[in-house]
Amino acid sequence: MSDTTPTRRITLEVQSYHPETDSAPHLQRWDVPFTDDMSLLQGLQHIKDHLDGSLSFRWSCRMAICGSCGFMVNGTPQLGCQVFLRDLAPGPVRVEPLAHFPVLRDLVVDQGSFLDKLEAVRPWLVPAHPQPLGAGPQRQTPQQMAQYQPYAQCINCLLCYAACPQVGLNPGFAGPAALALLHRWNADSRDVGWAARRDVANAEEGVWGCTLVGDCSTVCPKGVDPAHAINQNKVHSAADYLGLGRLLARRAPPP
Amino acid sequence: MGGWWRRRSVHRRYMLREASALCITAYALLLLAGLVCLQRGEAAYAAWRALLGTPWSIGLHALALPLIAYHAITWFQVMPKTAPRLAVPPRWITLGGLALSALLSLALLVALWWVGR
Repeated sequence: MSDTTPTRRITLEVQSYHPETDSAPHLQRWDVPFTDDMSLLQGLQHIKDHLDGSLSFRWSCRMAICGSCGFMVNGTPQLGCQVFLRDLAPGPVRVEPLAHFPVLRDLVVDQGSFLDKLEAVRPWLVPAHPQPLGAGPQRQTPQQMAQYQPYAQCINCLLCYAACPQVGLNPGFAGPAALALLHRWNADSRDVGWAARRDVANAEEGVWGCTLVGDCSTVCPKGVDPAHAINQNKVHSAADYLGLGRLLARRAPPP
Repeated sequence: MGGWWRRRSVHRRYMLREASALCITAYALLLLAGLVCLQRGEAAYAAWRALLGTPWSIGLHALALPLIAYHAITWFQVMPKTAPRLAVPPRWITLGGLALSALLSLALLVALWWVGR
């Protein structure tokens, strides 16, 4: 049975920014009591519940499923629910909004640019022969599923965007998560959507915007490995450029 | 974004990996200059070899060797990211590439020793 009485304290330096009154973001120090089983997210919730009710941040599931609580923790993108205060004590711990996104308020960023990029890769099944749900499942072998399953674990937490310097240097770059999901559907045996996604992949701001820093894969909390997904599509993109795209294209299965 | 690469160690290592490619380019040009000198005649080739023996050249070689080794190691470390999905663990691709590279380098050294003895 764990001890629920806080006996230790940690200093959190949390970025504060209220656009209606502040000309620039600034850090605010908080002294937070904690127990060994408390996450950084719970530390922020303690501030909101007991010290400053105006502190704004996103969160939902508290167990690395929803991808809402991404922050820069001492300069490294991490999920607030996945890092424990005991590992950061005694601090001070700098908590800032995810890098490379406009800040709306405190730790809340504007995700609009990512959502546009995500929509552009058509992250849904493009079947050769559309069929109604009543027609039953479209079966796959375990080997066919293994081709895309790791990339399907993305939770859109945006840690990879905050880790990628190319996203910061070139805001038009489609970025790791969107391109990993592009690959997720391209690698699906039921999907024939490469023709619809090729323009995004082949663009200079598509897969060729990646210089293989590799930090996107390091910070991913779900082991998606976007760097691997992107660089596999450089082969597809080069084949397209050389007119060999037809050799790589998946043939539509019979209806 | 100014000075972005100085803030995190992973980005500093990335920049060193990319910068070490310049060292490889410079060394390839040096070897190319040797070939041009060889084509121009014995005197030119002897002058190029004499240049390699100067303290400045030896110092630059001492700097180039660790940079080229760093580039080779990091190159094989990112190789699995550029390969298709394979049945073998990514670590095996890195270690296999490094082992093959070391073996070929050793074979080249033995061959040069054999020819020059």
